[in-house]
Amino acid sequence: MPRIIYHNGTAEPNVVEAADGTSVMRAAVANDVPGIVGECGGQAMCATCHVYVRAEHLDLLPEMSEDEEEMLECTAAPRDEKRSRLSCQIVPGPGLDPIEVDVPADQI
Amino acid sequence: MTGRSGAGTVIVGAGHAGVQLADTLRTGGYPDRVVLLDAQDTAPYQRPPLSKEYLAPDGAPEPVPLRGERFYSDHGIELRPGARVRAIDRAARAVLLDDGTAVDYATLVLATGAEPRRPPVPGATLPGVHGPVTLADARALRAALPGARSAVVVGAGFIGLEFAAVARAHGVEVTVLEAAERPMARVLSPTMSDYFAGAHTRMGTELRMGEALASIEEDRGRAVAAVGATGRRYPADLVLMGVGVAPRVALAREAGLRVCDGVAVDTRLRTSDPSILAIGDCATFPAPWQGGEWVRLESVQNATDQARHAAGTLLGVEEPYTEPPWFWSIQGEHRLQIAGVPRAGDEHVILGDPERGRFSVLGFRGGVLGAVESVNRPADHAAARRVFRHGLSLTPERAGEPGFDLKSYAARASVPG
Repeated sequence: MPRIIYHNGTAEPNVVEAADGTSVMRAAVANDVPGIVGECGGQAMCATCHVYVRAEHLDLLPEMSEDEEEMLECTAAPRDEKRSRLSCQIVPGPGLDPIEVDVPADQI
Repeated sequence: MTGRSGAGTVIVGAGHAGVQLADTLRTGGYPDRVVLLDAQDTAPYQRPPLSKEYLAPDGAPEPVPLRGERFYSDHGIELRPGARVRAIDRAARAVLLDDGTAVDYATLVLATGAEPRRPPVPGATLPGVHGPVTLADARALRAALPGARSAVVVGAGFIGLEFAAVARAHGVEVTVLEAAERPMARVLSPTMSDYFAGAHTRMGTELRMGEALASIEEDRGRAVAAVGATGRRYPADLVLMGVGVAPRVALAREAGLRVCDGVAVDTRLRTSDPSILAIGDCATFPAPWQGGEWVRLESVQNATDQARHAAGTLLGVEEPYTEPPWFWSIQGEHRLQIAGVPRAGDEHVILGDPERGRFSVLGFRGGVLGAVESVNRPADHAAARRVFRHGLSLTPERAGEPGFDLKSYAARASVPG
């Protein structure tokens, strides 16, 4: 069960043990982590599951699809050219366990 | 949860709208009781995947929950699955449940959604004929698809065509019957309709446009074929009724609330009774982006944005609901995104190349941008949402200039200051 650490700008991060194969977005929704909405259910259609992935993971992330790349233009919080991702497109696993992300202030 | 007493907010319906409302009320510090009544026995779940990946050959068997298991109790939300509301007693400010009990409210919010229409033709309720909306429907389809050889989809709307694509992925022979002359005619420009007609034909689906459903044929108590108005017979191991949905307004109507298609609400989402609000698919509201005309939308975006807005209304924020709408649909490899609401009579400018399967149709009315339909061009969709959010006034002349790019236009024009 991979571990996902969500930083919400508060002192204590939310730490979630995600079921295998579960995306960072779904794990957040299922565990009531604030700040990740995932309105389209994980289709890279809504850009409401935006996260900033911490720098140490960037090399190991799955490659961004064109859809994700373009939908990141739609996020409510400013996009970070290096760290912004849609968390519905990231499934933690080897090399990404644990994975740490910062949750933006706004998704809507 | 302790310390919350009295009659707070009672929400009827735990779909996307009802759950979001309960969530935003609590996030916003709403102090009183929040009761979430739902006729279904299951925990609240995501609707869009039910006609898409839930039915796919590799789809997970369980639906995606809208919130985690502990969410409701952790936030003092009294979720009551299986609670069916029979009537609203406005004088007593209570809803009456079909088990004979009553729940008092200070504020009532109707988030009752919509239900599939069943055309009044012989055989429409036979076993083997499916509706598209609830989890029960989706479970039945999921069970039936792997063993089916042929399927008839009645209605070439979003859900019907999403299902058609997924059924093809199972290797099922699919025929779509549609009374109109082109698919998704009510919601898409002719250019985009034609594109999807071609796409489904290439997936191996037979599209029968201009063919209305006359009846469903039965053999030993089960549907075995659909019969068109032309008299032609289409064999089917299963039939999906994708002829649209009707808002659930019976409770509102019987309670004497104003109903016009959906439950009529004002810009604050209040019904004709100020202590009752209505949100989501069941509500008809004045749309500022359409000159204040009455509009009813069936979408997750509208459901959740209205829920957030209604929570604001209940928390004392007095602002009109103005969110520009957007929609999406996934049909096979084709990702359709719509910002705004396309209308018949729009003047169109096309960006990109329909031949290559990546393009957008910009719809203008009265010289003003009203809708952007994009297929496999999410950058245009993202830009269109930005254009609408910032109230930019793109003209067809500008959009038609050689080399015009919606993304750079939106980026330049929406820079603050």
